[in-house]
Amino acid sequence: MAIGLTGKKLGMTRVFLKDGTALPVTVIEVPPHVVVAIRTPEREGYSALQLGTFSAKEKHLTKPQIGHLQKAGVKLLRVLKEFQVDTIEGYKIGQEISVADVFTPGELVDVIGISKGRGFTGTMKRWDFGGFPASHGHRYHRAVGSIGNRSDPGRIWKGKRMAGHYGAQKVRVQSLFVVDVIPEKNLLLVKGSVPGPTGGLVIIEKSSVSYRKSQRLKLNRLKHITENLVKGAQA
Amino acid sequence: MSGLLREVELMYQPKKEYPPFKVGDTVKVHYKIVEGEKERIQPFEGVVIRIRGSGINKTFTVRKESYGVGIERIFPFASPNIEKIEVVKYGKVRRARLYFLRKYKGKEASGKVREIKPWEKKK
Repeated sequence: MAIGLTGKKLGMTRVFLKDGTALPVTVIEVPPHVVVAIRTPEREGYSALQLGTFSAKEKHLTKPQIGHLQKAGVKLLRVLKEFQVDTIEGYKIGQEISVADVFTPGELVDVIGISKGRGFTGTMKRWDFGGFPASHGHRYHRAVGSIGNRSDPGRIWKGKRMAGHYGAQKVRVQSLFVVDVIPEKNLLLVKGSVPGPTGGLVIIEKSSVSYRKSQRLKLNRLKHITENLVKGAQA
Repeated sequence: MSGLLREVELMYQPKKEYPPFKVGDTVKVHYKIVEGEKERIQPFEGVVIRIRGSGINKTFTVRKESYGVGIERIFPFASPNIEKIEVVKYGKVRRARLYFLRKYKGKEASGKVREIKPWEKKK
């Protein structure tokens, strides 16, 4: 297992390849991370690193949080997140980790975020139901149709898809391609979209499905992107 | 849009200089196309009917008529395949989007855009 990093979604834009293809990318800001605590097999029974990022002001943190950070001797940080690792060797408290240390262009990552909250939604938006015709005498448009049978079974099946709260859930998007890493500006560019609103926190991890053959083929297919990326004059 | 995102766009935007043109102008876009191994330049000449977006997402739409069939093509300003753009004619129109040209054909359409000669153009 490898460490992941926390970032902030800045929004989407596009980049061009040399052959003129436009590539949709999401820009994620990943500030330098600091190792705040280390979990060891001897003490906690597993190995993990607690990484902190996004510097904070004192008034934004609680006293226990400040105490925890001061004990580690690091600056005040807003976001703390634990990542399990195979071995804690080579890591020490207070060590800084930047984006470029963890991710390189041309690899696959998973991005985890909290999807946009949509509130109470009907079945058409939430479950992609078809609905009913808008015209030709219909007075029944976006509501659900039948939700079950009659006396047999005489009840609604558990898990029947109906209207309700939608969004604001943890969502993992698997195997997004890292188009570029900009260490000077702490930025990461991934191909495609990531869950959550602009400004939302996302966690970026090594791809959890990269061992699959399909993913190897995908990587082969996308490999040319990093070489053919068009860079502007103002780099 | 955040300032950082704007900066990222600048980093990936090829530096290109085109003559300034507006909606209503007639332009000739020299577009690179790849045929098998060979690369050649194909010009596309027509009226600019729309300019939209900003930064690296900025695009313009060129409309022309070919053998009686209207053809519209959308070009991104930042596309690496645009070799150069020439302004053939300057036009004066009172709208930002010339979708109404789709209703007209041939001379009727070209008559809707009033041509201004280069010497009439306001500097």
